[in-house]
Amino acid sequence: MAYDDALAKYEPVLGLETHVELGTRSKMFCSCATTFGAEPNTQVCPVCLALPGSLPVVNGTALESAIRLGLALNCSIASWCRFARKNYFYPDMPKNYQISQYDEPLCFDGHLDVVVDTPEGPREFRVEIERVHMEEDTGKTAHLGGATGRIHGAEYSIVDYNRAGIPLLEIVTKPIEHTGELAPLVARAYVTELRDLVRALGISDVRMEEGSLRCDVNVSLMPRGATEWGTRSETKNVNSLRSVERAVRYEIQRHAAVLDSGGRVVQETRHFQENTGGTVAGRSKEEAQDYRYFPDPDLVPVAPSAEWVEELRAGLPELPAAQRRRIKAEWNLSDEELRDLVNADAIGLVAATVDAGAPPAEARKWWLNELSRRATESEVELAALSITPAQVARVVELVAEGSLTNKLARQVIDGVLAGEGGPDEVVEARGLKVVNDDSALGAAVDQAIADNPDVAEKVRGGKIAAAGALVGAVMKATRGQADAGRARALILERLGVQG
Amino acid sequence: MQFMSAITRDEVAHLARLSRLALHEDELDQLAAQLDVIISAVAKVQEVAKGDIPPTSHALPLTNVYRPDESRPGLSPDQALAGAPAVEDGRFRVPQILGEEE
Repeated sequence: MAYDDALAKYEPVLGLETHVELGTRSKMFCSCATTFGAEPNTQVCPVCLALPGSLPVVNGTALESAIRLGLALNCSIASWCRFARKNYFYPDMPKNYQISQYDEPLCFDGHLDVVVDTPEGPREFRVEIERVHMEEDTGKTAHLGGATGRIHGAEYSIVDYNRAGIPLLEIVTKPIEHTGELAPLVARAYVTELRDLVRALGISDVRMEEGSLRCDVNVSLMPRGATEWGTRSETKNVNSLRSVERAVRYEIQRHAAVLDSGGRVVQETRHFQENTGGTVAGRSKEEAQDYRYFPDPDLVPVAPSAEWVEELRAGLPELPAAQRRRIKAEWNLSDEELRDLVNADAIGLVAATVDAGAPPAEARKWWLNELSRRATESEVELAALSITPAQVARVVELVAEGSLTNKLARQVIDGVLAGEGGPDEVVEARGLKVVNDDSALGAAVDQAIADNPDVAEKVRGGKIAAAGALVGAVMKATRGQADAGRARALILERLGVQG
Repeated sequence: MQFMSAITRDEVAHLARLSRLALHEDELDQLAAQLDVIISAVAKVQEVAKGDIPPTSHALPLTNVYRPDESRPGLSPDQALAGAPAVEDGRFRVPQILGEEE
């Protein structure tokens, strides 16, 4: 069913469950390392392999990170809560249960405000947060012997437990209503804002492509004007911002088509298909889950003191929404300019570049133009480019003091991105300094005049615009390294005319 | 005091399924009766511990036991995989998890 038709008849209700892998050095309940991409089963110990007699102990930094995220999401922090065992049979956890939290989450009742662009201008939505709880990640399974690599039809599976036990926070929203046709954009804006918040707190590197932030998307529809919600589907592991938007849009259209043909939406788990943008059915919820949660007797209760919580609250950094407001005012940006910065994911990078000494306009220009283009070309996020804000600020400084032209600056950025070192090292190694000492430049100017006598004559006769051809010759002779303004001044001086 | 049955035969069958235990019909009868006695006996504690005594989940009156976030070497891959029934490509090899494509 066409999206607009679906929205004309039905009102969507969303729910989002997001998992964030924390960037701690060690796992949630044991001291194994957490390096991404290590050889299989090299970061495991008796605790995360569930060997008999081993006992878990909570990672204090992971707990602190969870409280800080809860505070940044305006949540209440439980004064006393426990971990619970979620029991299930699946070999991604060797214990046959995952340590999680059940009816006593660490953080609860918060909210996150998100902004969506509409044709009528920016519009703010408040997403209510149900809870933030602590748990542990599972191992990585691969399914072999089947035709598709999927679990269905596989003959057996192989498991790497390096990821099993890495601290995970699950952030669950309350049902998000009254978004109408903006539902996919609200979902995307929420996950984006949450990602930026986590990044600002420095508790995770939130690399979606490495799975350190994963989203489950719940969608249901009800007829417009109805008050009772429809049956929901849950689409698992949606792993990019764009996919979040597409998954919501697809499910709205799919539900609408089912309902419109008189059918019944089945409550089920679905899987997002990155290549088609659609979803396919997984396990049906009816046959599903009875996890028999109970308090984990191996772990003692968590009771963060009010003093500690307030100390953590006082230590929160400037959060993204406040940063946006401040930057918009300080740099005097229009709504559109701010939106471009936000959409390019550049606001933190530009701010850091300004902090490193670059004027805001220059910092914005380099990140939004040159560097955005490089990121697009190499299909990475802007933040993943191997150049730091301080290095960009240095390039801006070199241009401002006349040591580099814009053209040379781009070559310097090439060098930095290629791993040749910082801007000054690249300038040195590639010999990219602007030629502006008059003796070196003077020789090139004399040569250009001698090579182009008719042009020189025109300039002498008052046609100053013709000097451009001589400047071009100088630039060519110096392979672009001349200071063009200085070259022009020297040419006019030699030819005896006033610039 | 007369209690209703503390656990039903259907609940025992359900728990057995969840626990991957294949129980015969007569085993279900027997276990349901035994579990009922056990649970009823434990439930007597509730007669003593009324609302003023909160349920406990740990034997020791401790809270807030944490460790510093420092990583330490664990097991070598050989040690880790030593107890695995089957190994492939440095990973634990496990039997088929789900059946044929639905």
